[in-house]
Order: sequence, then structure tokens, then C-alpha cells
Amino acid sequence: MPRLTLETPADVRLLDSGMSVGEALAAFNAAHPDAGGIATFLGKVRPDDDVRVLELTHYEPLTLPGMRELADEALTRWPLDGVLVWHRIGVMNPGEAIVLVAAAARHRRDAFHAVDFLMDYLKSAAWLWKREKRADGWHWIEPRTQDFADRNRWE
Amino acid sequence: MSVTVLFLGPLRDLTGADRMDLPAPLCWEGLLGAVPRTVADRLSEARVRIAVAGTLLEDKKALMAGDGEEVALLPPVSGG
Repeated sequence: MPRLTLETPADVRLLDSGMSVGEALAAFNAAHPDAGGIATFLGKVRPDDDVRVLELTHYEPLTLPGMRELADEALTRWPLDGVLVWHRIGVMNPGEAIVLVAAAARHRRDAFHAVDFLMDYLKSAAWLWKREKRADGWHWIEPRTQDFADRNRWE
Repeated sequence: MSVTVLFLGPLRDLTGADRMDLPAPLCWEGLLGAVPRTVADRLSEARVRIAVAGTLLEDKKALMAGDGEEVALLPPVSGG
């Protein structure tokens, strides 16, 4: 079986089918043998209310380049060995993974900050549009006030 | 001789289609006059951005798209 090979220092992907979290993190760990620690965040479709499915759409010319710029920004802000930024697009069920972010660093605080930063920007600044299907049809989701406040912490 | 206009996210629902072909060249006033009124109202909001041929416009009112170019109408995003 071919091993998953990651780009370093930043592996940034848009995935249109399920992601293998364990495989991704094992590969990320292997790609950064000198790191003192790795922080990760896995975002999932929240199984609450009456949400049946969630759909994320993107705009090819902007979405992935924008995510790459964001990853580069994290690498500039903190002394990191590398980052992984994977985001799902398409239709997802409750409980499924939407986003996986990881940062490897010599020291844990830098890794924690980088993951926090990356998630705040992915939530409210990446070129992605989210809608969810409930019993009464589709609803578009906009970032909450809290999401913008979270992002502004970094400016 | 046309410009393809893409309606991203919720703008698609207001239009009832995800794209529309309009005559080239296409400017800001031409765009506002050609899309449904509900979309034109959204386009006037500062948070709605426009990209031409994959590049974001700093000033969307300076829109000028030529034959074969793609114009993307980008409402506020929501990822993660």
C-alpha cells in the first residue's frame, strides 16, 4: 500500500470525499521528526438540531490558493516545522469530518497558537460557502459574530 | 463574445442558476442591470466581492471583463 506523502512545510488540500484522519496525522508526524510537539484540530458536522446533511461549495480559482496563503501566514507568524490544512467540500453527514488542521513545532505554545489562528481564518475568511439541510429545506450558514471576533484577535 | 458570470453560495438561490452568460465587455453598471434585482441589491453590499479571471477586484465598481473571462460574484463566506 503506498504511503501517504505530505508536502512540507505546508500540506494544503481540498478533499471531495472522506478524509482518513489517522493516516493524515501519522504521515504528518512522520514528516516532522524534529518537532517537539504537534497540535491538531478536527472539526466535524455537529450532530444536533435537525440537520440532515451539510454541503460546502468552493470557488476553484480562489479557495485553495487562499488556504495556501493562510498556511504560509501561520508559518511566518510562529516558528513551526510545518502545518497541515485539509478541508472537505461537497456533502457531509452529521459526525463526519469537515476540517483537519495540524501544526508541528519545537514548543507546544507555537503549535497551539498556529492551529487556533488557522481555524479562525478558515471559519470566516476562506472561500467556502456552507449550507445545511433541515426538515424544511436548505439553509445557508453565515459566520456568527463570535467567529468574526475570534478572527479579529489576530489582527 | 460573452462573459460568464458565476453566482456563488446563496446568490445562486436568488438567481435560480449558478451561471449566466452576458455580452462582453461587461462593466459594473452592465452587471447590475443584467442580474435579478435581488442579486443587484446584494452586490451593492461591501461584504460581497467580485473576482475576474480568478483575481479579486479591490474596487468592484471598476469591473471590466472581456470576452471569455469569468466573473465570480462572491457573497460572505462560511467554512470550517
